[in-house]
Amino acid sequence: MKANLKYNICWLILMVAGFYLMNALILVGVIDSFLENMVVTIGINIILAVGLNLVIGFAGQFSLGHAGFMAVGAYATSIMISKTPTAGVFYLSIIVGVIIAIIAALIVGIPTLRLRGDYLAIATMGAAEIIRIIINNMKMTNGPSGMFNIPQFATWPVVYIMVCVTTIIVVNFIHSRGGRAALAVREDEIAADSMGINVFKWKLAAFVIGAATAAVAGSMQASYVQTIAPNNFNIMESIAILIIVVLGGVGSITGSFVAATILGIVDAALQSFGALRMVIYALVLILIMIFKPSGIMGAKELSFKRLFNPKSRKAGAKS
Amino acid sequence: MTTVFQQLINGLSLGSIYALLALGYTMVYGIIKLINFAHGDIYMLGAFWGYYTINFWHFNFIFALLSAMVVCAAAGVVIEYFAYRPLRHAPRITALITAIGVSYFLENGMSYLYGADTRNFPQVIKQVNYDLWGVRVSNIQILILVTACLLMVLLQLIIKKTKMGRAMRAVSVDPDAAELVGININRTISFTFALGSSMAGAAGVLIGLYYNSIDPLMGMTPGIKAFVAAVVGGIGSVPGASLGGFLIGLLETAVQSLGFSAYKDAAVYLVLIIILLVLPAGIFGKNVKEKV
Amino acid sequence: MTTLLNVEDLIKNFGGLTAVSDVNMHLNDDELVALIGPNGAGKTTLFNLLTGVIVPSSGSITFRGSDGLIPLNGMKAYKIANLGMARTFQNIRLFKELTVLDNVLIAMTANYRENFVQSVFRLPKFYKTEARIRQEAIELLKIFDMQDDLDQLAKNLPYGTQRRLEIVRGLATKPKILFLDEPAAGMNPEETADLTRLIQQVQHDFHITVLLIEHDMSLVMNLASRIYVLDHGSLLAEGTPKEIQNNDAVIKAYLGEEA
Repeated sequence: MKANLKYNICWLILMVAGFYLMNALILVGVIDSFLENMVVTIGINIILAVGLNLVIGFAGQFSLGHAGFMAVGAYATSIMISKTPTAGVFYLSIIVGVIIAIIAALIVGIPTLRLRGDYLAIATMGAAEIIRIIINNMKMTNGPSGMFNIPQFATWPVVYIMVCVTTIIVVNFIHSRGGRAALAVREDEIAADSMGINVFKWKLAAFVIGAATAAVAGSMQASYVQTIAPNNFNIMESIAILIIVVLGGVGSITGSFVAATILGIVDAALQSFGALRMVIYALVLILIMIFKPSGIMGAKELSFKRLFNPKSRKAGAKS
Repeated sequence: MTTVFQQLINGLSLGSIYALLALGYTMVYGIIKLINFAHGDIYMLGAFWGYYTINFWHFNFIFALLSAMVVCAAAGVVIEYFAYRPLRHAPRITALITAIGVSYFLENGMSYLYGADTRNFPQVIKQVNYDLWGVRVSNIQILILVTACLLMVLLQLIIKKTKMGRAMRAVSVDPDAAELVGININRTISFTFALGSSMAGAAGVLIGLYYNSIDPLMGMTPGIKAFVAAVVGGIGSVPGASLGGFLIGLLETAVQSLGFSAYKDAAVYLVLIIILLVLPAGIFGKNVKEKV
Repeated sequence: MTTLLNVEDLIKNFGGLTAVSDVNMHLNDDELVALIGPNGAGKTTLFNLLTGVIVPSSGSITFRGSDGLIPLNGMKAYKIANLGMARTFQNIRLFKELTVLDNVLIAMTANYRENFVQSVFRLPKFYKTEARIRQEAIELLKIFDMQDDLDQLAKNLPYGTQRRLEIVRGLATKPKILFLDEPAAGMNPEETADLTRLIQQVQHDFHITVLLIEHDMSLVMNLASRIYVLDHGSLLAEGTPKEIQNNDAVIKAYLGEEA
């Protein structure tokens, strides 16, 4: 009990320190608006990657439809705060987005999560495209041209807090009864089934939590960037999130943080390269995958428990 | 009735392009279980090759088609050698990300070198429209259908009747066992990529001729649709890919002609999901159950 | 002694092949029964039918639950498991990339509750539950002398230990019946002897019924109070070890090969 408290306090200190560091750097002027934009984009990508990693890396379900759920959150927030631009409505819109995303995830997940591997990937990709096409043809969402001049409530502190909250939820879920059941499903469905685990239920739980966090990221994106269009949420966006997850390491939340940060910095640094930027990005991606096939972090995690107890660290290092 | 036949012709022309592309997906997936995301971009390379050779080297259609097939086959083999072979034993998701990387590389490399703008594909064959009992059929549509069907028959013959085809089938069932009986795995996989990529190259030239416009990102959407077609047909199955291609082509034109063109992609994905729910391994796919 | 599990006229066809035909058997409370038969006799298929991994073509399986008889035909495997049936697998199916402790904790999933809010916000109740079930898991591992391997990944354990972990995992679900599919396969005589003692002890201490598939005859004859012999999908004989050893049909079909 006491030990748990110690680790939790460490994490809390880390989060608060990160916040004040960011705040100080902005005050001093080290972080200008360009860098702030970069940091916020990284934050949004972290929320997306952590959620997708829960589905792919921990529950072992290959979903390629993350951008569809992100779109749900983004549009819920955009529509609501464009009508009533108050902070209260903004927070309410996040909740509304999450609820709609959960309903969408249930509608998509209940039939498709019976499928396996690549078949599931292609079905979820199709489902996300259907969501996008519906948004594309709705009046309320302003169709293919999208929405602009969305009021900005998602400032960097809001995004920062959301990164912390969604990560805490996902990580704590992983290290609980439900998370262990999801891991069992990833490892061996037949064995999990024989141990009394409702395989389908836990697949769906992970899928729904992933979708809910994607909706939060969508809300942040819409209200920070202030313009959205259905095309921001196409297959390529789902793939971009998948790339972060795999690059960081499938099954490593720390890896998702690291990969989102590195890709965000690389992306910002290559801005001046113009058309060459994506060529370099593609080459870097191929090379990293060839030379580090299990991703930057593999399945390893940053853990205070391990830092404090070298003995358990040694046992864990084998993983 | 005539509109039905009209849409049937249009659907079959479009479908044969999807079918040609789907063949490449299904063969590569069958043999190394990789969704070759860069396959659609090979098709783009084929279209660009046709564009340049016809415009600058004044190739005729047959020559442009055949040379595009050879060049794309070579491109497929080179990509496999450098990007996928090192990852043969890596997690499959890693190979998938690499394939996406290759796709980005080809798309953006082409944009960088030759510009991202859309070009008009040269009219190497003058379009002539025939009127058959009220149904308008162009010589290009006939050409596409005939070429595609010829290529598919040829492919089927290669797979069923040649030694290399037998090796391909063996490797796709069990690579380790195939190696034990003396099949050269690397060469077989290279051959598969060559074959699949040459089909994509042919499809690229044909689509250029059909739609008259090409651009570096043209491979993205048809690539994904063709993969969907391969999955619908039962991925790994060659007749399945052809059937899936035609189905998707017909479905798209049907939805479009009913006035729901905004929803044509949604219809494709909806049908995909429904087919997978009824037949989890596609129309011709075998559903393998795990042994306990 | 009352019947815990009753099987009547059980048939399973795979296409044209009859893997299990007209099997009638029963398991009583608190007994250790063996299922033997030559390779391909349908033993594992019968296990898969009883544990719900595959669905029977016809016949009935009934389980005596706390409130009356429950038909198991067509019931999902996880529900059958939750009624009190656990199993091990012939070709070990541990959660390989997870630790020993996690393997056991996962098996306990159905036996405790943690709600989403408690676990996600780490309320005191969560820590209390976690500490309790962790303690339970460790107690169980102690019986099998595995308390020092808690943080080892299952895939890194020696083969014999993996087989033992599968039994611990089965026991962690708090079963009324434990199905063991060739628990001694691939073990040396010494390990087999250890395992024999362990199975006996577990069956006795936990008051559970054990159904065991095994090829090692010394283990079967030492442990089982009753034996079913399966050949070509149907029951050839049933009886005490002594009766089976003297059964002509069995000797001819099965033991004869070794004699």
